[in-house]
Amino acid sequence: MTPLFSVRDLRKTYGGRIGCTDVSFDLYPGEVMGIVGESGSGKSTLLNCLAGHLAPDAGQVMYDTRHNGMVDTLRMAEPERRMLGRTDWAFVHQNARDGLRMSVSAGGNVGERLMAVGARHYGQIRAAATDWLERVEIDAGRIDDRPSAFSGGMQQRLQIARNLVTGPRLVFMDEPTGGLDVSVQARLLDLLRGLVRDMGLSAIIVTHDLAVVRLLADRLMVMKGGHVVESGLTDQVLDDPQHGYTQLLVSSVLQA
Amino acid sequence: MKAMIEIEAVSKQFCLHNQGGAVIPVLSGAQLSVKPGECVALTGSSGAGKSTLMRMIYGNYVTHSGRILIGGLDVAQAEPREILALRRQVLGYVSQFLRVVPRVPTCDVVAEPLLALGVRPDEARERAQTLLERLRIPQRLWQLSPTTFSGGEQQRVNIARGFVHPYPALLLDEPTASLDPVNRETVLCLIEEAKARGAAIVGIFHDAPARARVADREIDVGRFTPGWAA
Repeated sequence: MTPLFSVRDLRKTYGGRIGCTDVSFDLYPGEVMGIVGESGSGKSTLLNCLAGHLAPDAGQVMYDTRHNGMVDTLRMAEPERRMLGRTDWAFVHQNARDGLRMSVSAGGNVGERLMAVGARHYGQIRAAATDWLERVEIDAGRIDDRPSAFSGGMQQRLQIARNLVTGPRLVFMDEPTGGLDVSVQARLLDLLRGLVRDMGLSAIIVTHDLAVVRLLADRLMVMKGGHVVESGLTDQVLDDPQHGYTQLLVSSVLQA
Repeated sequence: MKAMIEIEAVSKQFCLHNQGGAVIPVLSGAQLSVKPGECVALTGSSGAGKSTLMRMIYGNYVTHSGRILIGGLDVAQAEPREILALRRQVLGYVSQFLRVVPRVPTCDVVAEPLLALGVRPDEARERAQTLLERLRIPQRLWQLSPTTFSGGEQQRVNIARGFVHPYPALLLDEPTASLDPVNRETVLCLIEEAKARGAAIVGIFHDAPARARVADREIDVGRFTPGWAA
């Protein structure tokens, strides 16, 4: 099996400060990788470099495109990369407001991404939007409401529907359950697990919540000071951490 | 017959970086071989490393040296995705604790290993329900999350999850603990049926009569404690 996404020696600095450095990994189809670490550890910088939102200083970010095989996305032409971001890739922001158009209806938010890849038939777009609202457990009767009238948990589910409607193969998520209350978190986690399994999605999830990665991620990368200090199977890293920092991180979790 | 689980010259130590870098050697030179249809019980006093060895076989703990071959895959060296594929298809594990996503119904918790294998949802639920019925989980609880169940009920949900797919290799950590005699009998029957269909089983049983009934051999893990010979 060949990797879907292959990263080599990625480095990003802010002036003299290291954002992230020496990051290399392969992500295979259907794999979910978690990136954990404290604030300032470089995990969001890394995610943004991977997704093409930030330009790294050095390294390669190779993606197995549907038509041309492995391509270095850092050397892609801008229109091509934007097309990738609208079709094969998806990005779920921590704050749903950053990933939604708040002045457009829920159905419009989902339909817009379809139109961006060429859908023009209104009936089909609306049917697809209705289907996706139901899949993320939003009552289809709310299709014409604006997201500003939705609760935080509903907004997050709408953002996920908007992202997944084009059938992406790789999803980047930045703290997808951050800022939601725990009961909503559990429901969202269950939903995400089901979608990942049923659609065969690959995903990279940045979070500081170890319970979230235990439930969602197959494997884990632990970051500190811009470096990856440990990586491996999720339950192995959490239950038998080898690096001092990971041991500290795992032993610092408060028991509810 | 070829062994299903083969452990060779395995050692393990814990290094506690935040507690003065204390190094605790747990196992050295551990070896073990389990054929299809065979059940091997791990014995030894508390702290001897029974659960540690079992977790190493599952790939949950890092193995520092030696080989742990399960159906030909060396768990000590394998990539995460290889270990996950092994756990989906080959290697089942009934731990002492049930860890689930909150609010997921019991029936789906038990059916999940089958869904991960691509079994159709209705068939997966049907097989899950058959096992829940056999383990005497009342039907009115099937649509509820097991997080609020009693210890014995959670244990039985865990067992149902571990037996819903006919894994060729099974790890059982105290499968009969906290069960009443009737349910204990059911679990022992499940273990015997798994052996009869050719599963290779490694188990920890504090329940001595249960161990005597299902285990073909016993391995004292204390033999692998570093410095034991000295």
